[in-house]
Amino acid sequence: MPLLEIRNLSVTFDTADGPLEAAIGIDLHVDAGEVLAIVGESGSGKSVAMLAVMGLLPDTATVRADAMRFDGTDLLALSPRARRRLIGREMAIIFQEPIASLNPCFTVGLQVGEVLKTHQKLGRAARRRRIVELFRAVGLPEPEAKLAAYPHQLSGGQCQRVMIAMAIACAPRLLIADEPTTALDVTIQKQILDLLMDLQARTGMAMIMITHDMGVVAETADRVMVQYRGRTREEADVLSLFAAPKDAYTRALLAALPERAGGGSDLDGVAFTEEEGA
Amino acid sequence: MLNFIVRKIAMLIPTLFGITIVSFGFIHLLPGDPVTLMAGDKGMTVQEHAAAMARLGLDRPLWQQYLGYLGQLAHGNLGTSLVTHRPVLNDFLTFFPATLELSICAMVLAVVIGMPLGVLAAVKRGTWFDQLSMSTALVGYSMPIFWWGLLLIVLFAGVLHWAPVSGRISLMYYFPQPTGFMLIDSLLSGEPGAFRSAVAHLALPSIVLATVPMAVIARQSRSAMLEVLGQDYVRTARAKGLAPGLVVGRHALRNALIPVVTVVGLQVGALMTGAILTETIFSWPGIGKWIVDAISSRDYPVVQSGLLVIATMVMLVNLVVDILYAVINPRIRHA
Ligand SMILES: Nc1ncnc2c1ncn2[C@@H]1O[C@H](COP(=O)(O)OP(=O)(O)O)[C@@H](O)[C@H]1O
Ligand SMILES: [Mg+2]
Repeated sequence: MPLLEIRNLSVTFDTADGPLEAAIGIDLHVDAGEVLAIVGESGSGKSVAMLAVMGLLPDTATVRADAMRFDGTDLLALSPRARRRLIGREMAIIFQEPIASLNPCFTVGLQVGEVLKTHQKLGRAARRRRIVELFRAVGLPEPEAKLAAYPHQLSGGQCQRVMIAMAIACAPRLLIADEPTTALDVTIQKQILDLLMDLQARTGMAMIMITHDMGVVAETADRVMVQYRGRTREEADVLSLFAAPKDAYTRALLAALPERAGGGSDLDGVAFTEEEGA
Repeated sequence: MLNFIVRKIAMLIPTLFGITIVSFGFIHLLPGDPVTLMAGDKGMTVQEHAAAMARLGLDRPLWQQYLGYLGQLAHGNLGTSLVTHRPVLNDFLTFFPATLELSICAMVLAVVIGMPLGVLAAVKRGTWFDQLSMSTALVGYSMPIFWWGLLLIVLFAGVLHWAPVSGRISLMYYFPQPTGFMLIDSLLSGEPGAFRSAVAHLALPSIVLATVPMAVIARQSRSAMLEVLGQDYVRTARAKGLAPGLVVGRHALRNALIPVVTVVGLQVGALMTGAILTETIFSWPGIGKWIVDAISSRDYPVVQSGLLVIATMVMLVNLVVDILYAVINPRIRHA
């Protein structure tokens, strides 16, 4: 049984201009300990699908699916209370904008501590020790001093490390990383990816890595799904996808890799018809 | 933080200087003069008038009078009333507690009702509660104070006889007023029924004065809350599995407070204007009434220094708001 299983997931937003289909018929499954990469142009519904899994979409969204299960638990039928016990503990998520994702009014120590306070019974001192331990694990310099730091006193990369500390605080079985490096400097991107892969290898948690960078896929994933315009175009394990891409959009993505094309090209402007698919 | 406060206080000085010019200019630009008004119907000869003006130093050119006034202020002297012959500061201290009591009650009412209303309306956006509370706020905001005050007087004093029409306490009570705050003094007096009477007198003027700031605070709280609820960090808070009360009451509210505190501060300034009108409607013996009376008798020292003192108070309140703002917003504190 897969850890996370989604069949035919669709999300529709109720907007002023009528209904907007943000994700259409998404199928995916992730096994325990596996790293699945989801690749696709921006606006193709990757984030929306992951927020649907976490139950974090606004009221204007309608989520429909034939099945959406986490470790056998039906996510579609979950009460709000039962969902709150699951998210942040069994599955966690980190986002694209690390600075905006942290509350500017509270210290990062408090914000990480909240997860522990919500899901684990730890005394005040034990919790403090655990936060410092987490900060050390995600490679924050001077972890003790960082307890009292506010987000605006940290760099983007450091904020993302705090978000990661928050996400892994309760040793989740699934970590969703939604473009975790897109907003960061190129030099920092690699450090954060290495950190995530290192943590994944050490804890054995499953991971969904969302990206539009095939280079990231090659470095991190066991299996890849290629999304285009709200639909899944191709799914394969990493080696076979890189060796023999079936889909035209996948081939274009691969061609954009620097080592293959000699220079990056902007894919978002390119259109692919349905017939060109596998 | 200390540095921040010192910097803010230093910035007050030029503003205060500007206010002395405006208040001095305002009262001297009004036609008429105190001597003529005091003579009243008896009238006086031109010579008598000129002599009286000279005695008061009002025959000098305006710029000399202004410099003289500044010199006085520099010695901490606010001047003496031409009418009561008492120091302006004494009169101010006599009338101020009544205004302060009314303003505090009104502001507490406005914040305690307006803020939760706005926050709840944002959380329940689009429901009947949201629509009802926001249309009520709009009505409250557009209600002319004078008309609203009279309406309440007619209803609660005239028809229902629930509340008195004017003054701070029933005339049957007479007791010393060590604090100047009627609510406190009536309690201290130990007179049975005095506190009740004071509350009843305070109720209608407080409601009238609170209406506009309450509406502004409710609407501002709602829009600040709506903005904050859409932020990434609120989504992060929910992603942690926090209870909705914590997400709204801690993560969202704390950020929404930042613009709301600013608005509350601005409303304190606006409250002074409202207080003058409200005091007039309810014959409330506060500084509003004091200044209005001084303007009609062209009591130059009272108007000049009275306005200066009121402006200083408003600025000090705004300073407190600024400090509060820095306390709740770490990004300012560390700037
Ligand atoms: N809260 C929302 N309300 C309306 N439309 C939304 C909302 N969130 C996302 N969308 C729309 O859904 C589509 C998919 O967005 P998203 O999942 O963020 O794309 P991406 O694949 O880049 O992560 C986009 O067209 C976006 O405009
Ligand atoms: Mg996205």
